[in-house]
Amino acid sequence: MGSIMQVVFDALSLGSLYALGALGIALIFGVMRLVNFAHGDVIAFCVFALLWPSVDAVAITFAGNLPWFLLIPFVLCVGAGLSVLSEVVVFRRFRHANPATMMIASFALGFVIRYFLLMLYSSRPKSISLLPALSQPVEVFGARIPLLQVITIAVTIGVLIGLTQFLRRTRFGLEMRAAAENFTMARVLGVRANRVIMGAFALSGALAAAVALILGSQTGTANIMMGANVMLMAFIATVIGGMGSLAGAVIAGFLLGAVATVMQVILPPDARAFRDAFVYGAVILVLIFRPQGLLSARGTKERV
Amino acid sequence: MARPSVARRTVMTPILLSALLVAFALVAWAAGSKPFNQTVIDIFLQVIFVVGLYTFVGNSGVISFGHIAFACLGGYVAAWTTIKPMMKGISMPGLPDWLMQLEIPFWGAALAGGAFAAFWALLFGAVLMRLSGIAASIATFAMLAMVNSIYSNWESVTAATSSVVGIPIVRTLWPYLAAAIIAVFAAWAFAISRHGLALRAARDEPTAAAASGVNIPRARLIAFVISGGIMGAGGALYAHSIGLVTPDTFYLGLTFTTLSMLVVGGMGSLSGAVLGVLILSSLIQALRWLEAGVQVGTTTFALPGGVQEIALGAVMILILMFRPAGIMGNSELSGPRRKTKPGQPGHDN
Repeated sequence: MGSIMQVVFDALSLGSLYALGALGIALIFGVMRLVNFAHGDVIAFCVFALLWPSVDAVAITFAGNLPWFLLIPFVLCVGAGLSVLSEVVVFRRFRHANPATMMIASFALGFVIRYFLLMLYSSRPKSISLLPALSQPVEVFGARIPLLQVITIAVTIGVLIGLTQFLRRTRFGLEMRAAAENFTMARVLGVRANRVIMGAFALSGALAAAVALILGSQTGTANIMMGANVMLMAFIATVIGGMGSLAGAVIAGFLLGAVATVMQVILPPDARAFRDAFVYGAVILVLIFRPQGLLSARGTKERV
Repeated sequence: MARPSVARRTVMTPILLSALLVAFALVAWAAGSKPFNQTVIDIFLQVIFVVGLYTFVGNSGVISFGHIAFACLGGYVAAWTTIKPMMKGISMPGLPDWLMQLEIPFWGAALAGGAFAAFWALLFGAVLMRLSGIAASIATFAMLAMVNSIYSNWESVTAATSSVVGIPIVRTLWPYLAAAIIAVFAAWAFAISRHGLALRAARDEPTAAAASGVNIPRARLIAFVISGGIMGAGGALYAHSIGLVTPDTFYLGLTFTTLSMLVVGGMGSLSGAVLGVLILSSLIQALRWLEAGVQVGTTTFALPGGVQEIALGAVMILILMFRPAGIMGNSELSGPRRKTKPGQPGHDN
């Protein structure tokens, strides 16, 4: 019983990470058809924001020492700020470009951010102890799991509920959903394009920061490549979930987390190292049978 | 009056591009400096990669982030087939016996690498080519990650993430020149073949092409296999140029460089692919040189590491902003003949 609960919690917390990442990508894709390859580097940037302004190997001098109720808003603001900045400086000029061009531009932007971090902090991973109190184990349903996992899952559920309410109940959320449905029509009806898009970028950046906080406290290291893996899984989740469908992205994120965790358990020990390869393979198989994704959003199908 | 065949009308493009490459090689040969020689070899390898990428991306219009995976497959084929059996036994003990004993010359390895990569391109492509647009691009990314994850973990066959050394190094630049020219001609020949023309039609007008009987997934698959083969051969030669392979050599960094070269040059144009390599390679070299430090008077002026990639990214974003079709757009370098017919459409294939 305990070990099964352990697997369930592992799956849920890994899935939470993927779901939060996928949500950040799907939000932006929904409003402007941009596949944002820079998302993973925004995550890495947020982790390194904790080290700033020191560039030493182990030191946390300023931001990382803040108490948690200041630390978390600080990181969220960094993420949102960087994301909005990238919209204003780069993506705004691509509004009328085709999706492929935007995708490559975001790929390039991601590289610029990553090598900016490399320039400041070098490519060696740095150890950070972020919110160390969270790694203590707690007992839940007979399984001993780190407190962090429980918090990760709780935070994700909270974020999902909050975001749903935000999108359903507020005027801004309504505008955002309208823009995702049919951008031109929404503009004609008086939705301000810049505001909605900047809002989407800010939310997406804050989600990236949330992923960064979880990753940073889970692994205890800061590495300029640390966003890449989550981002890739998040992409896959958005594709499987049906591009642009927020619910689909979240469900697919949890699904991927579950598949990865279950594979970790059932694969023979020799094959465990190839877990990710199996997951990618499974994804390609899903895409054969449902190329439009599990829940395909309206308006993303190629029209003739 | 009968129009000259497509081949006759367009053959000037690969000839001019090859002449450009030969000119580079001659300059390097005349300069006779070792580092410069290596730089020019790198440029030729990039030409092979970018031309391979162009063969698929340019003709089909589907962006692929996964082609470097084929270079990885080819690079490891070179490691499996050319390292001395004794050394293979130490670093990669899991190889089957026949492969363990095998020791072939480097051009054989390039052919084998190309064939191996083309085979896997056929398998992956049969699945991936059913997708289109962004889903296809992301699926190619998943393919890259999958290949990288397998090669980084398969201890007994690929030595996991540690580098496999002992691949015979080929230092003269002529084989690389020859391979780059072959790649250029192969890409040209494919682009004007009936499959290439059908694929370009499908890129520009998918509905009309499908209505005219073009089987789009099949046309894409053919391009995918050919470009995979070119990438594989390029990967094998890359292994021979530096003498070692690691999975991370063939991952995001190289994907980014090759893709940016293609984008800057112009995705829809073979000339763009080659010129993109030449222009961005020159920029990268200049920045590397600045990163290494330049003596200005008594102080050494050096850029911090990473500036090279940042500049590359910035150039790429600027090009995309102001000239989304790249430097060459959809046009090709060709002889003076074209200019006398202003009424013709911009590109003639």
